Amino acid sequence: MQYTTTKVLKQEKIASDIFVMTVNYNGEVALPGQFFMLKAWENQLPLMRPISYFKKDSDTISFMYRVVGKGTLLLSKLKKGAPIEILGPLGNGFPCDQVKGSIALVGGGVGIPPLYDTAKLLMQMGNQVSVFLGYKDELFALEDFAEIGCNLFVSCEKGNEGYKGFITDLLHCNLFNAVFTCGPEIMMNKIALMCKENNIPVWLSMERRMGCGIGACLVCTCETTKGMKRTCNEGPVFNGNDLIIN
Amino acid sequence: MLETTINGIKFKNPIIAASGTFGFGREFNHLYDVSMLGGISSKGLTLHKREGNKGIRIYETASGIMNSVGLQNPGIKGFIKEELPWMKSLGNVVIANLGGSTIEDYIEGIKLLNKTDIDFIELNISCPNVKAGGMALGIKSKIAFEAVKATKEVCQKPMIVKLSPNAEDIIEMALACEAAGADSLSLVNTFKGMAIDIKRRKPVFDNIYAGLSGAAIKPIALRMAHEVCKNVRIPVIGIGGIYTVEDIIEFIMVGASAVQIGTANFSEPLICKKIIEDLEKYFFQEGINNIEEIRGII
Repeated sequence: MQYTTTKVLKQEKIASDIFVMTVNYNGEVALPGQFFMLKAWENQLPLMRPISYFKKDSDTISFMYRVVGKGTLLLSKLKKGAPIEILGPLGNGFPCDQVKGSIALVGGGVGIPPLYDTAKLLMQMGNQVSVFLGYKDELFALEDFAEIGCNLFVSCEKGNEGYKGFITDLLHCNLFNAVFTCGPEIMMNKIALMCKENNIPVWLSMERRMGCGIGACLVCTCETTKGMKRTCNEGPVFNGNDLIIN
Repeated sequence: MLETTINGIKFKNPIIAASGTFGFGREFNHLYDVSMLGGISSKGLTLHKREGNKGIRIYETASGIMNSVGLQNPGIKGFIKEELPWMKSLGNVVIANLGGSTIEDYIEGIKLLNKTDIDFIELNISCPNVKAGGMALGIKSKIAFEAVKATKEVCQKPMIVKLSPNAEDIIEMALACEAAGADSLSLVNTFKGMAIDIKRRKPVFDNIYAGLSGAAIKPIALRMAHEVCKNVRIPVIGIGGIYTVEDIIEFIMVGASAVQIGTANFSEPLICKKIIEDLEKYFFQEGINNIEEIRGII
């Protein structure tokens, strides 16, 4: 984990409210599912913003995010060359070394980006990877997943492309050895319950409002069978058996 | 040059990491050597382990944040076993921030801490996020007097009493704590506030109210520190929305012997390190040799 000021290299708008921002980065190598705290403002916004990374290479890292509030709006306005503070990599990431065989990755909305590098790594490790991407209306990042050669399943609630409906309708979890998921909690909860019924190991990447991002302030906790656990530290990826799902 | 002494205990500089924003220092120690701080005030401890509040625990507001953690902590025994030896090995001043819901719990906790080499106990009579009495202690000076008196009787460590800005009368509260035997005071804790999720048509926080901190509260915190410093004889530690060296100087000028940095740690993880360096530069540039030269001049 490192806290550095770096520069924006590229800012692309890839859907009506979805952006990909690439920044200079040559710090500690991030693991699939890890995130960074980002900030490009002074004290008018007192918190940094936790965002999972999308892609990385030897000297850059990119973040795909949706503009949902003041912080992400400010991030989206950063131009090439703008300074940005980044803290990370943070959190545990997906446990790629604990799974083997046929793996399903299920993403919904802006839960999709962290699955990209996860799929890549799992493929490199010799697994069969099936990626399920659920969208509300506009599709994004499809080509990126298509390029890595995993099996792809797409759903869109509005019917723009692929199956019209929820991504959970397409997932038959008993066909897989393990499931990783990231997206709206309602989607992940449904997947976790399906997997539990079929005895399939499942891991969920949780989202919580964060303060420090490094484990000191205890504001981002998730309720687990082992007590309240920090999403930024013991998470964001939790085993479905440990999480208390409401 | 930056040294300050509170109740006979020397701090190498007046910068203390505030309780609840810094854990026990381990996480921030990955980013910089936290032994450079004057002191660290631990996460609020209770006699027994607590899991804290459910629901949303943090919410950003204009130049501030609201929190409702509810004293999630490993309990005093867990702290003494797992955290204190490491904290003490840093060599700076270690403060155990002690919360509670009953006087008996405070007393039991103090007895356990008495047996350790902790430097200070900071009695938190002001947490707005714990039901069961926590808040009344911080609001009513008569109740605070009784609590401080009873705990001070068993306390063998210097005791800082952390005041709530929600007190009915901050001066009266400070005087009551001083009269009850507090060795020093720290102020202020968070302001009781509220936020509504208008989409859900419900309060953001399960507890309805939560504690506001950050830059938004600084002018009020400073005013309260001023009022208290003018009325008590015991040392005062200023807290509330401190982000810059200028903020620290303001608190020292109204009479604070040290300050605590809390919310600022979130958006500027290296702020305590930076602010110590900035303070050194400021003292050098202004030809100040000792905090006492400017302390309480206003």
